[in-house]
Amino acid sequence: MKKLQVLGTGCPKCKKLAENAEAAAKALGIEYTLEKVTNISDIMKFGVMTTPALAVDGVVTSAGKVPSVDEIKSMMS
Amino acid sequence: MAKCSCAGGVKVVLPCSGSANVGQIANEAAKRLDIEGTAKFFCTAGLGGHVSGMVASVKGADKVLVLDGCPVGCARKCAEEAGISGFERVVVSELGIEKKHEFNIAEADIQKVVAQCRATLSASGAKKGAGCCG
Ligand code: SF4
Repeated sequence: MKKLQVLGTGCPKCKKLAENAEAAAKALGIEYTLEKVTNISDIMKFGVMTTPALAVDGVVTSAGKVPSVDEIKSMMS
Repeated sequence: MAKCSCAGGVKVVLPCSGSANVGQIANEAAKRLDIEGTAKFFCTAGLGGHVSGMVASVKGADKVLVLDGCPVGCARKCAEEAGISGFERVVVSELGIEKKHEFNIAEADIQKVVAQCRATLSASGAKKGAGCCG
């Protein structure tokens, strides 16, 4: 079970990142949970300085951009 | 404060913040570049410590400026160890400022470093993305 967390205050890019993360997990056929972390002080606990960001199992794998589905697949495997 | 980077064009400055006049000039210059809006001052120690959010934030920036106090290059090594590449670099001691283990830093030296950082960043030019939050 992969734990996916999208860090961002809820702008369109955050939503696109969540969509891409879900699409990547589905394409890989893995079980996942998706959490949207929108509280700025919770986001900062990850050490993230730019959003949107994606954490996989608690490790931030991208920040400040929306990676493609393929890029996220490689972050998960 | 985490910054929404939806507008793109994020520039980052990573000073060594070392225990010498040149390290502290680098730190002060980074503060001023952030305050004036030229580049975001990020935590170089976080890169050195492989804090995943810091590393990912720097990798996601459009332009990275490493600001070392002297040729030892501690900020550069932190960046390289964290897998950051393609960065610009300014070295304070190469601007005619002698390295000393003291902390009396001169205003003129700070301004010289800030000016060099501005010039380096504007010469390299960051790409701008489309905004989305407004
Ligand atoms: S680059 Fe030079 S001034 Fe900066 S931390 Fe390293 S040794 Fe100290």
